[in-house]
Amino acid sequence: MTKPHTHLSEVRAGREVRIVAIPDEEIRSQLIRFGISEGSRVVCEVKLPLGPLVLRHNRQEIAVGRQLAKTIRVS
Amino acid sequence: MEAEKRTANVEHMHRHQHRHGHQGHVPVTTGRKIVLAGNPNVGKSVFFNHFSGLYVDVSNYPGTTIEVTTGRMGDDTIMDTPGIYGVSSFNDEERVARDIVLQADVIINVVDAVHLERDLFLTQQLIDMGKPLVVALNFMDEAAIEGIEVDADLLSDMLGVPVVPTVAVTGKGFAELEQALPNAAKGLQGKEMHRRLHEMLKEIGSQPEALMILEGDPIIAARHGVEPGKDREEIYIARRERVNDIVKHCVREVSAGSHLRAHVGRWVLQPLTGIPILIVMLFLVYELIAVLIAQKVVNFTEIELMKGHWEPAVQRLVARVSKPESITKEPTPRLLARLETLATEATEELGDALEETISPAGLAGWAPAGLVEKLSPELRAKLSPVALTAISDPANYLDRYHFKSAVAYVLAGEFGVFTHTVRYLLGLLLPLVIGFYLALAILEDSGYLPRLATMMDRLFNAVGLNGRAVIPVILGFGCVTMATITTRLLRTEREKTITAAILNLVIPCSAQLGVIAGLLAVTGSATCMALYVAVIVLCLIIIGTLLDRVLPGQSSALLIDLPPMRLPRPDNVFRKTLVRTYNFIREAFPWFVFGSLLVATMQVTGILNVWQAALRPLTVKWLQLPPETATAFVMGMVRRDFGAAGLNDLARSGAMSGLQIVISLIVITLFVPCIASTVILIKERGAKEGLTIWVGTWVVAFLVGGIVSQIFI
Repeated sequence: MTKPHTHLSEVRAGREVRIVAIPDEEIRSQLIRFGISEGSRVVCEVKLPLGPLVLRHNRQEIAVGRQLAKTIRVS
Repeated sequence: MEAEKRTANVEHMHRHQHRHGHQGHVPVTTGRKIVLAGNPNVGKSVFFNHFSGLYVDVSNYPGTTIEVTTGRMGDDTIMDTPGIYGVSSFNDEERVARDIVLQADVIINVVDAVHLERDLFLTQQLIDMGKPLVVALNFMDEAAIEGIEVDADLLSDMLGVPVVPTVAVTGKGFAELEQALPNAAKGLQGKEMHRRLHEMLKEIGSQPEALMILEGDPIIAARHGVEPGKDREEIYIARRERVNDIVKHCVREVSAGSHLRAHVGRWVLQPLTGIPILIVMLFLVYELIAVLIAQKVVNFTEIELMKGHWEPAVQRLVARVSKPESITKEPTPRLLARLETLATEATEELGDALEETISPAGLAGWAPAGLVEKLSPELRAKLSPVALTAISDPANYLDRYHFKSAVAYVLAGEFGVFTHTVRYLLGLLLPLVIGFYLALAILEDSGYLPRLATMMDRLFNAVGLNGRAVIPVILGFGCVTMATITTRLLRTEREKTITAAILNLVIPCSAQLGVIAGLLAVTGSATCMALYVAVIVLCLIIIGTLLDRVLPGQSSALLIDLPPMRLPRPDNVFRKTLVRTYNFIREAFPWFVFGSLLVATMQVTGILNVWQAALRPLTVKWLQLPPETATAFVMGMVRRDFGAAGLNDLARSGAMSGLQIVISLIVITLFVPCIASTVILIKERGAKEGLTIWVGTWVVAFLVGGIVSQIFI
């Protein structure tokens, strides 16, 4: 497990984390549609060098830009 | 559950009234309006194709570039909607889908059995809207492969609507789906949702619109003159919990299943494997469009079919109805000059294979079969297609009518509407556009595009964009006009500005790209190709970086769904390609006619010579190109591809060296967007920004082209 309350951008590939807080309201709404909300567990599948992270939640894969990942808190 | 059950007044849809008619593009019918809705990549179009049969109408939804397909299903109208994850006003696609769903009598909601957790969010939202619904539980075959079992009966009970398992690609379940349509039902809502809706309904009177207002849709709220609701998030979370509960009950993982697809999806993304895959993919697209189509196919369609058969036939016909004294079969000085160049070129290229030099007259009198067969394959490969045709069939080059009458010239002369326009449009553009849309459809249907956007995100960040902009940019390679409209899908104004500028400056559209690729191949030199690509990429980086620095604010971040990788279905790819090609040609045709008329008129009135002379300092001194290139620039102002096609003739006739070709291509790429693009650019981005970009293209095109010319020639 990663340390409590780090940011999504710091998660290493292959790790599973819990989403703690998504500050942007529209992003939050969109993620709820994909099935991810605050409290969901997600796996960081791929981390592109300096680029986006690919998250997996069950069978759903989502790419999240690095800047956005820096704002999302996880534990 | 009891309270919910009571709300499930199962109503049969034939009791619903027909609210459609003259709205939008929907044809007037006596039947119901059946709407297909679902997330992106759930196979909706296969359902649509099955139910609608052959005769479909594709149109852009009023005010958008979103394609809406309408067809007939017996007495009923069936409409496809853009793939969406939920109904609201986040972007154009959602707004269009929302408006179509609002008019629906019955909804067929296609869901992906493998991704029910995501897809049922939309399903539950549609149920909350209170529209009669049938769920098509698609991809049951893929679910089996992935080791997932879905209890369709329980799902149907929990949602309160019929659920039909299907495998769209094999047609499994279609008959059952059709039988289930009369049983389409308003489903079950959450208790709290029901209470809220009941409250709002008193005020609004329409359940779907009441829901949209509750969820804070500003447009629908404005229509009713009420404040949009503020509880979207609460409603979304409640809906999400309800959906998760349903999924927990209905979906079972019976085995680990196959992970092959997930692995492929990941290989495509990981730089170590992804970059080689990207290179191979680009190479294949290049082979298809630039080599196979731009050279082999176009040689046949443009030169053999159009130049060899169509144009002479049209000219003969026009000659027959013209006054005899207005026609001459004498070659014009311009044509003679061109033949002279050809003869010199052929002599130079053939070198030792010839005992004597080829004179223009000799060229014309050459025994066709003799020479070409004498050439070694290497020599034959060296000859430009035009030179080869000229040598093998010189009569074709001299046996032409030359019209003195202005009308006949405009109709069937060098830039004639029936000769030039038809040849460019059908002989040159049509094959290229088909090739482009074919490649695009394959990329789209395979699930590669979102992964490409993810891979490109970092690069796009450098010019103030996110990976999502890869979609307008790729569309721009199809048609810059269309792509400029899709900049609307981007989140912030600065992203829209940057993308619009990049599209209208550095991105060549499909037809132009085809001609460019073909001409670069004519130069036959890897250095020339590399130079062209390097200059254009450098321009993109400089322009993007500059705008990113200058424009205030911040760009939005990437957040996209990665659909599973799938093998594209040939019939779907084929259909998509045909529909898009047809739309493109239909849209391009009037502009081509206009462009030909303009150039032909300029030619007849002598304005073309004045223009060429006026641009001479720029073209001849600064760019070091033949003065005729100015004509291509006029044509380029009408349509970009038209301009590139204008260079096509010039370059293939051997009037330019490899480097000159590259420079002219750089200028025509950077040069002004076509009339249609300019109009859209001004409409989308405002007169000030639009005109700034337009003037900017002049400056950048001639500046960059000139600098390259001064350095390399």
